[in-house]
Amino acid sequence: MSFTLLAVQILNGLQLGVILFLVAAGLTLVFGVMDFVNLAHGVQYMLGAYLTAVAVAATGHFGLGLAAGLVGSLALGFAFEVLLFRHLTRRDHLEQVLATFAVILIVTDLVRMIFGPAPLPLRLPELFTGSIRMMPGLAYPIWRLVVIGAGLAVAFLLWVLITRTRTGMLLRAGSTHPEMVSALGVDIDRVFLFVFAFGAMLAGFAGAMAGPILSIEPAMGDNVLILAFVVIVIGGIGAVRGALVASLIVGLVDTLGRAFATDLLRLVVDRSAAAQAGPAIASMAIYVFMAAVLIFKPTGLFTGERAWTRTR
Amino acid sequence: MVRTTATAACTAALLAATSLAAEADPIKIGFVSTLSGPSAALGVHMRDGFQLAVKELGGKLGGQPTEVIVVDDELKPDVAVTKVKALLDRDHVDVVAGVVFSNVMMAIAKPIFESETFIVSGNAGPSPLAGAGCSPYFFAASYQNDQNHETMGAYAQAQGYKKVVLMTPNYQAGKDSMAGFKRHFKGEVLDEIFTPLGQLDFAAEIAKIVAAGPDAVFTFMPGGMGVNLVKQWSQAGLTGKLPFLSAFTVDETTLPATQDAALGLMSGAEWAPNLDTAENKAFVAAYEKEYGVVPSLYAAQGYDAAKLIDGALKATGGKVADKPAFRKALASAPFKSVRGAFSFSTNGYPKQNFYVVRAAKRADGKFATEIVSKVFDNAPDAYVAACPLK
Repeated sequence: MSFTLLAVQILNGLQLGVILFLVAAGLTLVFGVMDFVNLAHGVQYMLGAYLTAVAVAATGHFGLGLAAGLVGSLALGFAFEVLLFRHLTRRDHLEQVLATFAVILIVTDLVRMIFGPAPLPLRLPELFTGSIRMMPGLAYPIWRLVVIGAGLAVAFLLWVLITRTRTGMLLRAGSTHPEMVSALGVDIDRVFLFVFAFGAMLAGFAGAMAGPILSIEPAMGDNVLILAFVVIVIGGIGAVRGALVASLIVGLVDTLGRAFATDLLRLVVDRSAAAQAGPAIASMAIYVFMAAVLIFKPTGLFTGERAWTRTR
Repeated sequence: MVRTTATAACTAALLAATSLAAEADPIKIGFVSTLSGPSAALGVHMRDGFQLAVKELGGKLGGQPTEVIVVDDELKPDVAVTKVKALLDRDHVDVVAGVVFSNVMMAIAKPIFESETFIVSGNAGPSPLAGAGCSPYFFAASYQNDQNHETMGAYAQAQGYKKVVLMTPNYQAGKDSMAGFKRHFKGEVLDEIFTPLGQLDFAAEIAKIVAAGPDAVFTFMPGGMGVNLVKQWSQAGLTGKLPFLSAFTVDETTLPATQDAALGLMSGAEWAPNLDTAENKAFVAAYEKEYGVVPSLYAAQGYDAAKLIDGALKATGGKVADKPAFRKALASAPFKSVRGAFSFSTNGYPKQNFYVVRAAKRADGKFATEIVSKVFDNAPDAYVAACPLK
């Protein structure tokens, strides 16, 4: 195991973590601030990828397509909130789970009917098609570095937005004392509407960034959704800072586990046993980590003041 | 005037007679395919190939009016069993056809065999049904699962590759794939990488493969997994540098998504759109006209499955009730396969040619695989000796 291989794998882990963060940030805001369990968040990730792919194909320009994809995701977020989710915010979690699960099934099948089951292509923007040679024979695509950079930039902007602006203040206040905020003359439902649509746009952005790397298909949101829930459980529900740290941890644990578990096992057991057990252990790693966090810190790693937004 | 009326009356009577006959004895085919979920593209191709053949035969198989009842197995064995039981007990189908995935096939085989109904596989060719567990009611219009992997193993051996890395999803078909590849490959296997089924980012595995320094890599990543692997392989700058051998990974169901990224990648297959037979040329042209996409091997197998059933029904005069006679008719492979040479071993699996194919861009801008070289000539599967059927 060379140092460069380790470095490449750490980059891979960071990149997975950043995508997870973009999805989990919206999920944790909606869950933490609005106390709303939104299983359909993965659908918004998928729709963001589809909208971007369609817009890129129509305009022939990645930047324009991405912008259109983001606006489209935001609009869909508004539409979902107004049409369905605002009627559910004061219902219990089971009803929210059932309704948003229905949204997954309906939207996934609608997308399949419109675009077909085959994956949709999304070309990389010309500017970022290149790669950097990191180890002999392996080129590291610049796009993956762009994804890491964009994700960290979004994290920084979110931090500014939540801790340094009036909107962020309302958001933090609304998450803990919605009645008080309403009494002061703030339309809290409107705040929630914007939080929701913004979360949908972040998920759409994640889908658009992941599109050129992964395949754009109707069920692409399902896997990400599960990992995003793992992230917000580890990070603390409602904690954006927690979501960032937990995403990066999950990304790294998962990637390094897949990369090195089999090799490490070979040091202690024989080759074929390692080949059997390695992949199994690697795919369990993040869930074991989540279980450990739940045992020692049941509310997640980041709660309270340090979490940017308070948790319930 | 009188004459015209008489003719018209005759025609009407004839029509009435035929429609009466049709109501009395239509052939019912239960077609099982995977039509939803991430792997639906395979099932859609197989179904469309089958339907195309039925359409070309005027909606008839063996000259009999035919009803094709298509069900979606959702790639869930339990769902498939429920739906197949309905096909057998409620619809009383004469023949079951289709089935993309082997786990579905293994689940539905028992109820089908117990009801003494024939099944013509349009894709799945699991090894347990080829050897000691073979059945007189099973025929594969496709291949035995190992064979496309064996083809790549033999090709890697012939190319003189000394060191390879194998990578497949961590489930039974992945393990079978590696076993099939190693049957004819005598060089060193540096690493066997198992990934979780459904994994979409292969960056970690690609780095690992490059670090191992093989002469070539062999993989089996069906559906969306293959699309991602191929794109990421190309983005890592490995296409054209490190030979990429695969089976069921680069084909006409994934090429529309991978496009240029897959160009030049090698696969093992028993068919390609440019295979030079008159039947194949007609089939590919008709399929592209009907559905607007290039057919994959799943489509070709579905098409052949319908032609096989048609030929067998013609031989028995449209009768399925006499089981030994219908089995004999099927076993003689009474049809012209788009693949050219095609006959059955005693276990109901085909003897046919296998090729190395390469992904290419055709003159019309569409992507398709094309044949590079023939690897196996009229090859039976590896399990037939263990099958007690004669």
